[in-house]
Amino acid sequence: MRSKASGAMGRLATARQTVQRFAFVLLLALAFFLMILGRADSALVDRVRAAVVDTVAPVFHALARPAGAVADVAHQIRDLANLRADNVRLREENARLLRWETVARHLEDENEILRNQLNYVPDPDPAYLTTRVIGDMGSAYGQSMLLGAGARNGVRKGQAVLSGQTLVGYISNVGRRSSRLLLLSDINAHIPVMIESTHARAILSGDNRTRLRLSYVAGDPTLRIGDRVVTSVSGGAFPPGLPIGVISAVGDHVAWVSPYVHHYQLQYVTIVDYGLGGIQTFPDTAGKLHRRGGGRR
Amino acid sequence: MKPSPWVRMDIWVRHLVPFGMTMGLVLLSVMPVGLPGYARIAPMLPVMAVYYWAIYRPDLLPAWAAFAIGLLADILAGTPLGVNALVLLLVQSVTASQRRFFLAKSFLVAWWAFAILAAGAVGLSWLLVSLLDGRLIGLGSVAVEYVVMVGLFPVLTRLLAQMQLAFLKDV
Repeated sequence: MRSKASGAMGRLATARQTVQRFAFVLLLALAFFLMILGRADSALVDRVRAAVVDTVAPVFHALARPAGAVADVAHQIRDLANLRADNVRLREENARLLRWETVARHLEDENEILRNQLNYVPDPDPAYLTTRVIGDMGSAYGQSMLLGAGARNGVRKGQAVLSGQTLVGYISNVGRRSSRLLLLSDINAHIPVMIESTHARAILSGDNRTRLRLSYVAGDPTLRIGDRVVTSVSGGAFPPGLPIGVISAVGDHVAWVSPYVHHYQLQYVTIVDYGLGGIQTFPDTAGKLHRRGGGRR
Repeated sequence: MKPSPWVRMDIWVRHLVPFGMTMGLVLLSVMPVGLPGYARIAPMLPVMAVYYWAIYRPDLLPAWAAFAIGLLADILAGTPLGVNALVLLLVQSVTASQRRFFLAKSFLVAWWAFAILAAGAVGLSWLLVSLLDGRLIGLGSVAVEYVVMVGLFPVLTRLLAQMQLAFLKDV
């Protein structure tokens, strides 16, 4: 009787093991299938990704507040630690900016006169949308962030993402109520830039680290540490002159750029549509979008 | 005697703790907390949790659950689909098959074994991402990630052990 029962148990255990092994092999095959599918039909995978992220997005929205509180504490501790150094730096910067203000006012007047003389057509005002960062997907393999606005808010693939006036990345994937911001530091991010002082064109690419890589510098390749790097008109996606960072190191055939904004500092970002490069304009969605500087010409 | 529905429900909820907790770690790893470097180390937390539960309660976090958690991590983190799913599946299966060896051993042995397994996990994901993206990913940041992961192991394991004691002592 007893041996019969244990025999049945033994058979059951063997059957269980077989099922487990079968499931393992099946899952293994599924993993490889998904990898190949991701390579073969990346549009489909992007859609699936966006749909799943959209489903989880409300959870991130709910978590973003406590996460923001943690971030605030971290910011405050950093701020306190840097108080003295910041003070000294800001005083110097203030003195320098006051001088620049005089120069800028002078140039603005001059510009106004020249534009009137030339009958200059001003650039169209961009549409913009400010949204919260609800997820940070940084890792050794990629640098992206999840934003709390999606297609229903008018976000489209390829739009520029700014923090203040600084370019931090662009939209790489859009769901209905969330979208993915590909940071400039991502290894897949490549944008055309220029050195502000010399107007030398170059390609800025990510390295999955904080510093960015400047390569294929065209023309006069004298790069100096401290040179400002801004967007160039070559790509057609961004307007020229958006600041990105400064050159922090120069090597053979390559230079490194230290960005003005580090991605861990980002809590809110602005998605901007400049109406360039065939990027669709924002639809007019319930007062969520505004034209920047409505009164300005 | 059959336990009452309430007791069964209580047990059922308690049995969800390992899976829910590991899922939670995946979500936690993409929360923007504004700490420099946090985003770098957080993504590997689920590996530790899967390793831990594969030793102590493989019935509550089976292979398919590890696969599902990895797939969610892939979707959220933007790594090529299937990479984390495969890595976590392998971590779970390899560990669960060797669990009898771990159960009687000291913590240091578990740590040492984790260091080896984690090297495999990190190495495999590096290789897969490099292959699928068609370019070599810098080994420097991957190495940092690995060192931090092994260093954090005692902390997270202590947390998981407390959780196991609190929710799963008798069930």
